Amino acid sequence: MYNSGKIIIGIIIFLVLATFPFWFNRGVAQAPPKLEVGTQEKQCVESTPFMKANHMKLLVDWRDYVVRDGKREYTSTTGKKFDMSLQNTCMKCHTQKTKFCDRCHDYVEVAPTCWDCHIAPVEPGQAQQAKALRSSN
Amino acid sequence: MNAWSSLFASLFAVIGLVIIALLGVAPAVGLGTLFGVVIPYVAIAVFVIGIVVRILQWAKAPVPFRIPTTCGQAKSLPWIKADNLESPYNIWGVIGRMFLEVVLFRSLFRNTRAEVADGAVVRYASAKWLWLGGILFHYSLLTIVVRHIRFFVEPIPSFVALLSSADGFFEILVPTIFLTDIAFVLAASYLFFRRVFIPHMRYISLANDYFPLFLILGIGITGILMRNVWKVDLLAVKELAMGLFSFHPTVPPGIGSIFFVHLFLVSVLLAYFPFSKLLHAPGVFLSPTRNMANNNRMVRHINPWNYPVKVHTYEEYENDFREKMKEAGIPVEKE
Repeated sequence: MYNSGKIIIGIIIFLVLATFPFWFNRGVAQAPPKLEVGTQEKQCVESTPFMKANHMKLLVDWRDYVVRDGKREYTSTTGKKFDMSLQNTCMKCHTQKTKFCDRCHDYVEVAPTCWDCHIAPVEPGQAQQAKALRSSN
Repeated sequence: MNAWSSLFASLFAVIGLVIIALLGVAPAVGLGTLFGVVIPYVAIAVFVIGIVVRILQWAKAPVPFRIPTTCGQAKSLPWIKADNLESPYNIWGVIGRMFLEVVLFRSLFRNTRAEVADGAVVRYASAKWLWLGGILFHYSLLTIVVRHIRFFVEPIPSFVALLSSADGFFEILVPTIFLTDIAFVLAASYLFFRRVFIPHMRYISLANDYFPLFLILGIGITGILMRNVWKVDLLAVKELAMGLFSFHPTVPPGIGSIFFVHLFLVSVLLAYFPFSKLLHAPGVFLSPTRNMANNNRMVRHINPWNYPVKVHTYEEYENDFREKMKEAGIPVEKE
């Protein structure tokens, strides 16, 4: 083998990069997070599989209906009527953002833009922190 | 095979792979473990070991001559300005040249097109489209691979989130369209169509040119479909991927078959890599015409396969035949 020093360095760099997910995980498969739905309701505004796949699209549609068309009433496929509102409808059941929304979004690194405009709800643990922050200001 | 038959053979091969994956994970067949665990593991092993074996094979081949391709003034007399990038005379020139080659595809950037004008005059014109398509394709591919780290590890390194947010900067549609997804498909399509529509490109295109392009396009298209059309359960997908990478493989139920098509095509690409033209990735670093300094006149290069040659000098010859030479009247150096 010629230039063995350079070749071996090159192969080591390749191996380190190519096996990155193997050594970064250190053999631990972190289980996917469990969601705390936070409600006794049987069904969301639509069926669970639909919500799993399309909640982001539904929310964006709601935003457009409300903000652009001034339309606030959503009739679901089951015929029930809902107020199109993230904070008054969605968050009524899913009260805890950190235990519902964030768990999935953090696990697969999705950054929804809901909270660019909406104020994230204050949750039990955070309430005291927020209070302390306010008093220190 | 001629151009069209190799094109369609490659196309049908990739369509066949898609159908195999779709049939394999259909509930009636239920080979989820094969397509979700066994084939990906085999593919990763073939990819990693295959590339290392290839590099070792290349490293065993001696390069007896200095054969850098140069396109600038070599270093000679001190008052002649030497061009260290175009005709490197030391290690820094080589590093600079290799860096620009690998990172910016510099030699592709100087691509020219020859054409015969007015029946007699040969004209050369700059041709940058191949460079543009190539660089868009490769950087999109890199970005997409790095973005996929979010499915592979936990916790997710922050540069992945940064890259994803830059890539989805314009927030078009929900889920956000990634700019590199569009660039990737456009660039790969361009690289394909130039082989179809340019006659002399079509003439030299083989099945092993078309097949990886179709495979890569298939991977890109299934990926985009999975993100924006036929959604899959990302929690289950990440569970499967993390299981693979931590050697606790599982196939969680309820992942759409489009994911297995995507995974199967990626596995085929990985396993195909060490036996194909895709080896230009490690190969660019081992190209003797690029990675050598043009210093023939400064450094003596010994042929690596030189062996000790038995010589018989004139002095020894004279010692052997001195008497006979004298008898015959031939002059000798030593009496």
